[in-house]
Amino acid sequence: MNFLDSIWLIPLFPLMGALIMLLFGRRLPNSVVRFICPGTIGFSFLLSVGAVIQLSSTAEKSHEFIQWFWMPAIKADWGFLLDPLSSVMILVVTGIGFLIHVYATGYMAHEGGFYRFFGYLNLFVFFMLILVLANNYLLLFVGWEGVGLCSYLLIGFYFEKKSASDAGMKAFIVNRIGDAAFILGMLYMFGLTGSVRFTQVAAWFESHHLPAETAAWGMLSTIALLFFIGATGKSAQFPLYVWLPDAMEGPTPVSALIHAATMVTAGVYMVARSHVLFELTPMTSEIVAVVGGFTAIFAASIGLVQNDIKRVLAYSTVSQLGFMFLAAGVGAYWVAVFHLVTHAFFKALLFLGAGSVIHGMSGEQDMRHMGGLKKYMPTTHWTMFIATLAISGIPGLAGFFSKDEILAQVYGSAHGSKALYVVGITTALMTSFYMWRLMYMTFYGTARSHVHAHESPKSMTVPLQVLAVGSVLAGWLAVPKLFGPVGFHTFSDWLEHYFGAEHGGHDIPELALTSLSVLAAVLGIWIASRIYLKVWDGPLYRALLNKWYVDEIYNYLFVNGLVKGGAKWMFWVDRNVLDGGVNGAGWMTRTVSTLAMWWDTWIVDGLVRFTAFTVKVAGYPARLIETGQVQTYALGFFIGVLALLGYFMAR
Amino acid sequence: MDHLLSLVVFTPLVGMLLLLLIPGSNKQLIRYWANFVGLLGFVVSLPLMTGFNKGQAGYQFYEHADWIPSIGATYTIGIDGISLLLVLLTTFMGFISILCSWSAIQDRVKEYYAMFLLLQVGMLGVFVSLDFFLFYMFWELVLIPMYFIIGIWGGERKLYAAIKFFLYTAAGSVLMLLGILLLYFQYRAQFGVYTFEIAKLMNTTMPLDIQRWVFWALFLGFAVKVPMFPFHTWLPDAHTEAPTAGSVILAGVLLKMGTYGFIRFSLPLLPKASIDPFIVQVLAVLSIIGIIYGAMVSLMQKDWKKLVAYSSVSHLGFCTLGIFAMTPNGLTGSVIQQINHGLSTGMLFLVVGVIYERRHTREIAEYGGLAKVMPNYAVVFAIAMLSSAGLPMLNGFIGEFTILAGVFEINKLWAGLASSGVILAAAYLLWLYQRTMLGKVTNPKNEGLKDLNLREWAIFTPMIALCFWIGLYPKPLFDVLEKPVAQIVERVRPGYLQQQQQKLEAPIPAAAVLVEPRPAGHAQ
Repeated sequence: MNFLDSIWLIPLFPLMGALIMLLFGRRLPNSVVRFICPGTIGFSFLLSVGAVIQLSSTAEKSHEFIQWFWMPAIKADWGFLLDPLSSVMILVVTGIGFLIHVYATGYMAHEGGFYRFFGYLNLFVFFMLILVLANNYLLLFVGWEGVGLCSYLLIGFYFEKKSASDAGMKAFIVNRIGDAAFILGMLYMFGLTGSVRFTQVAAWFESHHLPAETAAWGMLSTIALLFFIGATGKSAQFPLYVWLPDAMEGPTPVSALIHAATMVTAGVYMVARSHVLFELTPMTSEIVAVVGGFTAIFAASIGLVQNDIKRVLAYSTVSQLGFMFLAAGVGAYWVAVFHLVTHAFFKALLFLGAGSVIHGMSGEQDMRHMGGLKKYMPTTHWTMFIATLAISGIPGLAGFFSKDEILAQVYGSAHGSKALYVVGITTALMTSFYMWRLMYMTFYGTARSHVHAHESPKSMTVPLQVLAVGSVLAGWLAVPKLFGPVGFHTFSDWLEHYFGAEHGGHDIPELALTSLSVLAAVLGIWIASRIYLKVWDGPLYRALLNKWYVDEIYNYLFVNGLVKGGAKWMFWVDRNVLDGGVNGAGWMTRTVSTLAMWWDTWIVDGLVRFTAFTVKVAGYPARLIETGQVQTYALGFFIGVLALLGYFMAR
Repeated sequence: MDHLLSLVVFTPLVGMLLLLLIPGSNKQLIRYWANFVGLLGFVVSLPLMTGFNKGQAGYQFYEHADWIPSIGATYTIGIDGISLLLVLLTTFMGFISILCSWSAIQDRVKEYYAMFLLLQVGMLGVFVSLDFFLFYMFWELVLIPMYFIIGIWGGERKLYAAIKFFLYTAAGSVLMLLGILLLYFQYRAQFGVYTFEIAKLMNTTMPLDIQRWVFWALFLGFAVKVPMFPFHTWLPDAHTEAPTAGSVILAGVLLKMGTYGFIRFSLPLLPKASIDPFIVQVLAVLSIIGIIYGAMVSLMQKDWKKLVAYSSVSHLGFCTLGIFAMTPNGLTGSVIQQINHGLSTGMLFLVVGVIYERRHTREIAEYGGLAKVMPNYAVVFAIAMLSSAGLPMLNGFIGEFTILAGVFEINKLWAGLASSGVILAAAYLLWLYQRTMLGKVTNPKNEGLKDLNLREWAIFTPMIALCFWIGLYPKPLFDVLEKPVAQIVERVRPGYLQQQQQKLEAPIPAAAVLVEPRPAGHAQ
């Protein structure tokens, strides 16, 4: 089978699953649903594996497949591109997506709307695959908006709950701000290069030999910045990150799939996809790195004190996405993608583990009410333990390799900086702390509530185990050069086909840096073990607990101030000034008409009637004679005749 | 057939005359007949689509006959790609509105359908007329049935709304008539004969200041109809008070008479005035204000229908902005968006109509949690909402994006400001959806509501299918519009098309090299 020309089937399977669920799902028994929906993703995964294997044996390592000419306005087609970057993405999306689907069959087993949930979830995977397989920006945008829609639907899955539908709405609208920028960036790009197809755009940049915009802010920088603003929406970067923590209102498998492993990394993917552009715009790249670094440390700081298990993970996700942008910003695109992959494993695992805990605790999410769960939920515990080791950066596990590589690149690459490195290493320390705080509060110590916790069913724990294996092994795809010949660099070699060979040769003191990151990780664990239950009641603590009051500030300034305030004012203007003018014109017309009527009745018609009156008065004497009676006239006539006769006879 | 177009225009009229023969007491027969005529009107218009040659510039299905030779009025009709789409929209939406009135209208059924069919004739006439006199006649013909539809079958404040609608638009039309006459006498002064034929009037050469006068006169007529900010205040009242079908046809088709007027008459007849920087700026700014302002005011509405009405102001702002960009994408996008707005806003009004028939209130606060009671209805509403909010794969995105692309070529700031409308649209629509559909059912009156019935499905299904079709494969629309749009652009901005073409093919566009050469030694 030629998998390469069948890549359009990869998104088609989940779409069919979604259509079946949304059209006929209500009539299907849950046992069928739980078979179909993970099944479609499984098929897509197999197809993806086949396609990637075939791709790796081609010479050009890139395969484009165009289905139809879609959007004439900017010459965009409906076509797919499989290259090293998108092949990594489809494997993550379908592979981890499949595991999460399986998990969800257990997690959602007792929930209403089972078919609806899986319909949305399949639809999400469809759009996500469109996003990563698209061969042009506009089709990428289709997936981009589509995953946003599914995210809205799934965050608001418990739509009877106001907080859930609020969170969904917030996610959609905040994302739209980024989308507007993305659209403008796309239009700019088309105006400049006459195409939005990735391969053509890249070729255009190559053939035009544009100088990098180092000296002045130019058109390329603007395009790159607009794209990045789009990315900050979808990938929850400062200042548009506020929707992601709220998105935890959705069911936990959704948080794992959409709000940790796949959708939120779309921004990173898009920046990596546009790397040719970002390489030409060092100033925008710097913005990317700074925003990424700031988001990483900012979100991590909030994560330090949160008590809701999912919220900690949400801020952790924001922070880790910041790391990815940090890497992309310093030009280490393959490292950003590498971290994207490892993060997908351990963060999905952490969320699913948290879901398992919540499931076992009958819906409890507050870690202050947990503790000592290790003995009741052994599998959940050890898998989460591995994931937490991985995210903290303990050597040998996935997170170590990718995070260490990011920090090394930030320190040593041509666009890196020492200041950003300090931010990065501090964040690493904080990450290790809040993750271990989470572990301690949840699994160790004594139980702080009387809920009878129990381990989750097999359908949930098996995906956890698979992901745990992944959280260890994924890192070994790209072992740092420090370990030289022993390691293999499959991942970086594979992506080199796309990003080009690394401009090596800078001196990175890898051993020192690595030791430092390990030290940070261990220090974090140690601090966490000492103070995990501690609460300091100070202003800083309260600021952290209240998430630096960012939501309040946004509400005050934008939601209530600019939008609602402005809208109220405009509506007032509309009713009173504009429509007031129209009604005023109506009133004027009526008033003038009344006056005119008066004038007409008394002056114009008065004159007419006066004339009539004059005639009437003048004619009054005549009326006395003009009686209308024929007899009278006849009598008059007779008298007249007699008088005339008399006159003539008398003469 | 030589007279296919006339057949399309007058089928509803014949249907109406026959309808008058049915006794008014036989409501069921009247309904069947009216629906049959509506469907027939649509079916008859389909050969226009199949017989249309998209590669041919100029008018097709052309018919010409003398009418009142002494004043130069003729019966000249014909369509190009732009009018073809609007004609099809009209026959389609006309049928939909007739179909959706089945149970909503119970009084004076005969008069109601007669008015609707008459309205249909007027609207079709507007989109096919190639003679100003004929156009004006159809244009005014539309007012009368619409006035009665709002005034007789409307809501509580129907008389206020109907009179406001009539007077406001009639005032605009009169000024437009003055503009037409000015043009008419200009032609007479140059060629010595009277004519109302558009093709001939195109040859008039006018100094810029006269063109400006004519432009503003026509503008008032069209702008009130669209309606453009600040001439829009009749619209919320008319929409709110009109019966559902009235709102659907008003939003779906009637408003497009204004935008069509700009495209068909203002731009080609008055190319110099149309490109006049002052005029363009004023119109673009009004359009942008309309986009943002309409959306913002929508946010504040407590009345479901009024919210949709104000959203129309915002969407039509996109359409006019696309027109005044006067680029191929701007104009194409504008026409496509007009079709889209007809479909998606039409659907939104139908959605309100469905619930209004059940609950007889439009107050948003009366609802909440309907998704639980009416799941299918919630899905249809969601699709309508997403189509209106411009979600990719649905129709609205294609139109809005193309307009933005067209505007972007001319002025980046305008495109930037207009794109904020995309954000606000999501805000007011999602908020509406949340307040009506999501949450718990708090109002006991909403508990036993029935989901969509078969007839309602029959209305929504083709509309949804069209939304997806345009979203996924809009190429046929672009193909049909390419020639007429190119013609208009060539007339207004001579050489623009060629210049764009060259720019795309040029080896190194000058615009690309914006930055200073980088200083020596500053290696990457």
